[in-house]
Amino acid sequence: MTAAVPAIEGWFTTDAEPRLVGSRCTECGTVSFPRATGRCRNPGCRGRELVEHHLARTGTVWSYTDARYQPPPPYVPATDPFEPFALAAVELAEDGIVVLGQVAAGFGVEDLRVGAPVELVVEPLHELDGVPQLIWRWRPVGEVAA
Amino acid sequence: MSAPSPVAVLGVGMHPWGKWGRPFHEYGVEAALAALDDAGVDWQDVQFVAAGETVRNGYPGYVAASTLTQALGWNGARVASCYAACASGATALEAARTRILAGLCDVALVVGADTTPKGFLAPVAGERWDDPDWLRFRLLGATNPTYFALYARRRMDLYGATAEDFAQVKVKNARHGRHNPRARYRKEVTVEEVLASPVVADPLHLLEICATSDGAAAVVLTSMDYARRRGSGTPVTVRAVSTVTPRFPNTIIELPAFATDSAAAVAPPELTFRDSIAVAAYEEAGLGPEDLSLAEVYDLSTALELDWYENIGLCKEGEAERLLRDGDTAIGGRIPVNPSGGLACFGEAVPAQAIAQVCELTWQLRGQAEGRQVEGATAGLAVNQGLFGHGSAVILTT
Repeated sequence: MTAAVPAIEGWFTTDAEPRLVGSRCTECGTVSFPRATGRCRNPGCRGRELVEHHLARTGTVWSYTDARYQPPPPYVPATDPFEPFALAAVELAEDGIVVLGQVAAGFGVEDLRVGAPVELVVEPLHELDGVPQLIWRWRPVGEVAA
Repeated sequence: MSAPSPVAVLGVGMHPWGKWGRPFHEYGVEAALAALDDAGVDWQDVQFVAAGETVRNGYPGYVAASTLTQALGWNGARVASCYAACASGATALEAARTRILAGLCDVALVVGADTTPKGFLAPVAGERWDDPDWLRFRLLGATNPTYFALYARRRMDLYGATAEDFAQVKVKNARHGRHNPRARYRKEVTVEEVLASPVVADPLHLLEICATSDGAAAVVLTSMDYARRRGSGTPVTVRAVSTVTPRFPNTIIELPAFATDSAAAVAPPELTFRDSIAVAAYEEAGLGPEDLSLAEVYDLSTALELDWYENIGLCKEGEAERLLRDGDTAIGGRIPVNPSGGLACFGEAVPAQAIAQVCELTWQLRGQAEGRQVEGATAGLAVNQGLFGHGSAVILTT
């Protein structure tokens, strides 16, 4: 099998403890994901040096949902027939940011709750020309309170 | 800054909403002619045409104002084509209003028209790796209902909203729109029917997510002097138009973004972006939510209508369900919301929708909203939001 590659270059690392890759302003500390270029997005900051910044690996669920119908192109379905998947917007407290992502395979909305802890993982999204494409996902950790 | 002078809404017109697949300008021309008739204004007297663009129909859609002007017969009018996604109509309205208030013209026509594909609204085709709207479909499979559902689920987990509450919004709007001759869906539904429709994006069902529609709406705006000279009595007037963008950091995830702004360095502003849209309109008009007779809000989903109750100040955060349950927002209640039937009965015709909201407010304020009239209406707010950070709010008074 051909080695898997990130579905998009430079947005996340693929090591054992993967991280989202954004940017941080050296002037004021504002974080952006995906990474910002040009100038800091804080309108009160004149910073122009935006360095690579690895976002926190763990966060809490801001909200969540799922996709019961196959999204239109350019979405590429991983299976035929289409299998629903869940999505979560996750708050990363130290970065002051909420990041959207699919939820890890095998987990659904019943495994999620606003405020529940999750961690970042990297999993195959779909294949293009026989090459698995990797994407970041949020995986619930611990039990969801009933 | 003092309150701007009002401008007159001399005429309004719509092409009914539906799904026929004809070119957008055919609908737009019908709406424009209806608005001109309603105003008693000759097309050749229109000096400025502002139109909401559509991404459908190729180049003619991008230059909607000139396409529509040509279709109505070149009359030399100056034109502006405006794109702000769902807020395009408000941007066009604002272009016309400011031109009138600047004294650069007396008579302006504002038009929005669209023709839509079936199913989910999809991004522009091609390989577009620098377009976040394309990337969110490719990398996450995040459709528009994904975002609506995130907001809906938060209401459930934080405020105790139930699936029945959301379904009740649809029931209310379906009842409102039943007699609206321009609505696409004119049939009452029950909570059971809503909840029995398939889930699209948990917790939202098919009947809770607005469809995409063909349709067109138009408004003839004039200076107050022109309206007086024409002996137009006391026309409905535009008192405020808000086309604000967010203030940094915007900490609520919005279409089509992958993430919010970061609040790591700067604390979030006091008002959320959606709150600020209406506040800017209230400030400009010198009015508040307590002065409203009715509101048209952008119910892209049932749950989103409840968010808007709070965003436009009808109640405090977390109290929208109570307002709905008490019947406050139904016709006959304290502050009817979406008496037109809203997107629930229309479906969305993107560049036309904000203009259609203004048409409904005008009919309500004139007492011409047959079958759905809010008695004694004197002031109305229309509010909406376009993806990529576009606010849209309009206040009309008698």
